[in-house]
Amino acid sequence: MLNYIWAGMLLVGILYALFTGNMEAVSNACLEYAESAVTLCITMAGAMALWVGLMEIAGQAGLIDQFSKKLQPFISFLFPDVPEGHPARGFIATNLVANILGLGWACTPAGLKAMEELAKLEEDRGTPGYKKGGGEKKDVRAASDAMCGFLILNISSLQLIPVNMIVYRTKYGSGNPSGIILPAILATCCSTLAGIVYIKMRYGRKRGC
Amino acid sequence: MLMRLSVIIIPALIFYIVLNGVLNRTDVYDAFVKGALDGLKTVVTVLPTLVGLMVAVGVLRASGFLALLSELFGGLTEKFGIGAEFVPLLFIKMFSSSAATGLVLDIFEQYGPDSRTGLLTSIMMSCTETCFYTMSVYYMAARVKKTRWTLPGALLATGVGVAVSVVMAMFLQ
Repeated sequence: MLNYIWAGMLLVGILYALFTGNMEAVSNACLEYAESAVTLCITMAGAMALWVGLMEIAGQAGLIDQFSKKLQPFISFLFPDVPEGHPARGFIATNLVANILGLGWACTPAGLKAMEELAKLEEDRGTPGYKKGGGEKKDVRAASDAMCGFLILNISSLQLIPVNMIVYRTKYGSGNPSGIILPAILATCCSTLAGIVYIKMRYGRKRGC
Repeated sequence: MLMRLSVIIIPALIFYIVLNGVLNRTDVYDAFVKGALDGLKTVVTVLPTLVGLMVAVGVLRASGFLALLSELFGGLTEKFGIGAEFVPLLFIKMFSSSAATGLVLDIFEQYGPDSRTGLLTSIMMSCTETCFYTMSVYYMAARVKKTRWTLPGALLATGVGVAVSVVMAMFLQ
């Protein structure tokens, strides 16, 4: 995906500059922006080290496991057809907690594992398209309710502290870089709530829609 | 008020995490140093992508293409309190988070992080995910072809996030 976006941005930009006669500006911008990417990383390094370091403490002290356990009732509410004790539950919980804490590196692996486990669950149920060994060709593998719900929850974003955004704001001279935390939490809650309502509306309805 | 309360959150979180670590007899300092190194590694890994993407955004900006996009859609979005300069970001954020970061920094540089657009950008980026990217990666892992009701739900959540961000940004300024 990024392949096309990146190439598209560069090609369109340079072609457009040809028409508008902004070639000199483009030429300067290339070097300028490359440089500011490096300055940004240097500014970011401190905050990232601090944050990931703190999260390592939280992980070693069992804080993340603890939160995942507390999330189980919530998971039962959202995904009633995923049996208790199924491994998918653990991965879903870890992914959500990692999301909330802004642990980018921890949420994707857990999320992918959760999806695999949810696929296995469908395999065990013998859902068409999930049969072992590929099954019949005409059966297209369709997402299960749990998968749809899990992804919507994921995309609605539950981040507690937008670390990156705060760092960028600091770098560009904001008077109050962390001032966006609470508004962002409120916005996140609203979008997640909307996602949950939608999940509840669609969950368990018959397939094929 | 919201801005002031926000200031407490980071110190409070640090306090809680460290206290919890000490109470659980974790080697807090060792753990911190190990994690900090991981964090630095992440920054180094991100650097090449950031250079690539920021240059791409720089080219788009300098060529005048971003201005063109804003002009085309700005009239429509301004009715909803969204500045024209915000429009390209809204599109790109759906597909790639790192590409969006390039645009965010560009907005901060042009308008300042505390301008209305800057605030809107900060909040919006914090409350939405890259919808299409996440869907393609996750469904690839489960080898699912039909996504059923994922996309409408995801778009709904994103839309609500953007709407609330707009209101918040107005409220803050």
